[in-house]
Amino acid sequence: MVQNLQAVSDSQSEQVRESAASGQAYFDRIMAEDSRIEPRDWMPEAYRRTLVRQISQHAHSEIIGMQPEANWITRAPSLKRKAILMAKVQDEAGHGLYLYSAAETLGTPRQKMTEDLIAGNARYSSIFNYPAVSWADMGAIGWLVDGAAICNQVPLCRASYGPYGRAMVRVCKEESFHQRQGFEILLELANGTPEQKQMAQDAVNRWYAPSLMMFGPPDDDSPNSKQSMAWNIKRFSNDELRSRFVGMMVEQVEVLGLTLPDSEIRFNEETKMWEHGPLDWNEFREVLAGRGPCNAQRMERRREAHENGAWVREAAAEYARKTAAWSAEAAGVAS
Amino acid sequence: MTGGSTTGDDGAKATPAAESIPASTPWPLWEVFVRSSRGLSHVHAGSLHAPDAPMALRNARDLYTRRNEGVSIWVVPAEAIAASDPDAKGSFFESPQGKDYRHATYYTKSEGVKHL
Ligand SMILES: [Fe+2]
Ligand SMILES: [Fe+2]
Repeated sequence: MVQNLQAVSDSQSEQVRESAASGQAYFDRIMAEDSRIEPRDWMPEAYRRTLVRQISQHAHSEIIGMQPEANWITRAPSLKRKAILMAKVQDEAGHGLYLYSAAETLGTPRQKMTEDLIAGNARYSSIFNYPAVSWADMGAIGWLVDGAAICNQVPLCRASYGPYGRAMVRVCKEESFHQRQGFEILLELANGTPEQKQMAQDAVNRWYAPSLMMFGPPDDDSPNSKQSMAWNIKRFSNDELRSRFVGMMVEQVEVLGLTLPDSEIRFNEETKMWEHGPLDWNEFREVLAGRGPCNAQRMERRREAHENGAWVREAAAEYARKTAAWSAEAAGVAS
Repeated sequence: MTGGSTTGDDGAKATPAAESIPASTPWPLWEVFVRSSRGLSHVHAGSLHAPDAPMALRNARDLYTRRNEGVSIWVVPAEAIAASDPDAKGSFFESPQGKDYRHATYYTKSEGVKHL
């Protein structure tokens, strides 16, 4: 949003221009008051770097996240489902763009973020490196993956960086449709033929653990969490959010008439937290290291799309340049 | 190459930003303002990149009004906006301070008088 704006400074302001020391004091006060930092405020370099990293990774996840679902658009079982799926995938593209805009206000050009992703230097959510093998996966992704994303994103609406929080408000408004349409797909399959019900159960079985891992590593293995919480970017720890998510899914899966593939789920009366069975953090690290089932395919597809779209971007820029030149010429003739 | 959570928390340590890649011709940045319904002001919705104003308007429509969020859109080249200096925080907005008499609540003697 507003980063490239030129500032108009008056002579008075020159005199009171703040040093980094008073910038830090101002920043600390904003944090203590739980107020918001805006793009042109002074901020610690590490705060800026953390935000650029988090927001751009979040944006990349939305963009790459279109692939597993776009893959099913042509095979949707009805025109209604096809229209819904297209709307959802279009929303995810929008989420990516809101987030890139927010990251840009921190001074990182869009082009740089795009290039980083294409070149394989950027990260995105590990969840999108799993394959979507059946139509029921569209249900499980909406219900579990978008569901986990909502759990993560709702507290981010209050992130201390203004543009990030505002982007998240917009995103969260749209996400609830995503989760509900997924839930409905599963519900219809679960009430269908035995084969359809089995297909739904199979999708839930495959997406359950990866969706729990979307919240990131356990708290004692999450080096960035503490600082992010001190900066009011993150409001709850990974484990807190994961536990909250498990609690919600336990209730919802009953409505579906399906089960979660986890016999160790229980509510701990002492900690008031939902607990789940062990997760395979080795698998998480493998996918992270680029060795997940679909990493290469996702990157290849993104690169292809970027390269195939190059002529459109160039043609539009050239058209804009020429029409601007023509109208300047016409104005010259007229005067 | 890949990360952990959607929000970028994969447990990895932050790495310093890589060398920036030379830009070819990036589309300029536009700020988008949307009037949500007749009778209301346009409000800043966000920003986007587009080669020219007509494309910026079309992109803004697709990006910020997919659910009837607006009846009118303005797009403004970001570089055309002049903004107050955030470093001038105090002094620039100093003058209204201590001027309570600009607010109706300053005048208490008329309390209880109807329609005033
Ligand atoms: Fe999204
Ligand atoms: Fe979504």
